[in-house]
Amino acid sequence: MASLSSSFWNTASREAMKSGVFIAKLYCFLHVTTNYLGFMAYAYGPSMIPTLHPSGNVLLAERISKRYQKPSRGDIVVIRSPENPNKTPIKRVVGIEGDCISFVIDPVKSDESETIVVPKGHVFVQGDYTHNSRDSRNFGPVPYGLIQGRVLWRVWPFQDFGPLGPTPT
Amino acid sequence: MGIQNILWQVAKKAFTGSIIGLTISDRCCSVVPVRGDSMSPTFNPQRNSHLDDYVLVDKFCLKDYKFARGDVVVFSSPTNFGDRYIKRIVGMPGEWISSSRDVIRVPEGHCWVEGDNKTSSLDSRTFGPIPLGLIQGRVTRVLWPPQRISKIGQ
Repeated sequence: MASLSSSFWNTASREAMKSGVFIAKLYCFLHVTTNYLGFMAYAYGPSMIPTLHPSGNVLLAERISKRYQKPSRGDIVVIRSPENPNKTPIKRVVGIEGDCISFVIDPVKSDESETIVVPKGHVFVQGDYTHNSRDSRNFGPVPYGLIQGRVLWRVWPFQDFGPLGPTPT
Repeated sequence: MGIQNILWQVAKKAFTGSIIGLTISDRCCSVVPVRGDSMSPTFNPQRNSHLDDYVLVDKFCLKDYKFARGDVVVFSSPTNFGDRYIKRIVGMPGEWISSSRDVIRVPEGHCWVEGDNKTSSLDSRTFGPIPLGLIQGRVTRVLWPPQRISKIGQ
């Protein structure tokens, strides 16, 4: 009896180890995919109306292009907020380094506008719905290092399944 | 054939190993060399590139970006995206820093970094406070050369 139960625990622990190793490998594979290839993001809030629905969208973002080229005007990017590193807002790039940007500081309050030159290594991001968006008009141009990825595609809601990109101006 | 099979097995093992290594380096800790003398005497006390210090960079702190004044951190340069610097945090959000001409308040979500060797360090006195999101890890120990193995304090 004793030898039967010990061999049961032997096989049980071996199976558990195999599953553990499999889960560890799966975790590593998922980490490399989401950090180096692309990731899914859930976006909600009013700042990107009409491009994104305020009640929620599931987006597909890629991390490949930010390694090899600078962001271009019109890209929708996921950034790490300069005001709170735990938040990752989604905004559109309206100016790249060297651009001279004129913007209305707060369209809700007044028509007062300001003009800045985007410094080297930074981008100026702005939400499409400027009346309700915290973006570079509030926290200034964002360094490239804070860009997490470029949004390519909307997966949900299914009625709007399709590519997301620069709006034709 | 036998050789093809062996090569395929080796390739699979190398691929899995590199994925696991990359995950550990990103999530757990990595080893980086320190170049330059902007952090003398904490790192590289002699100006000799053959004796550069190698330090252990802890990545667990990136889970919720909790840092404190006195931490030595690795961060992406705000002006040159590809460069990475190692400096010490001397100001956390809300604190006041006196730079050469005036007194500056460190904004929310940012920190003020300076090298220990003030005479030869490119840091926040030049490029201003950096967003915490640019930080890529915290230096905890010196690993090489062996006579300088030590824990980095505040």
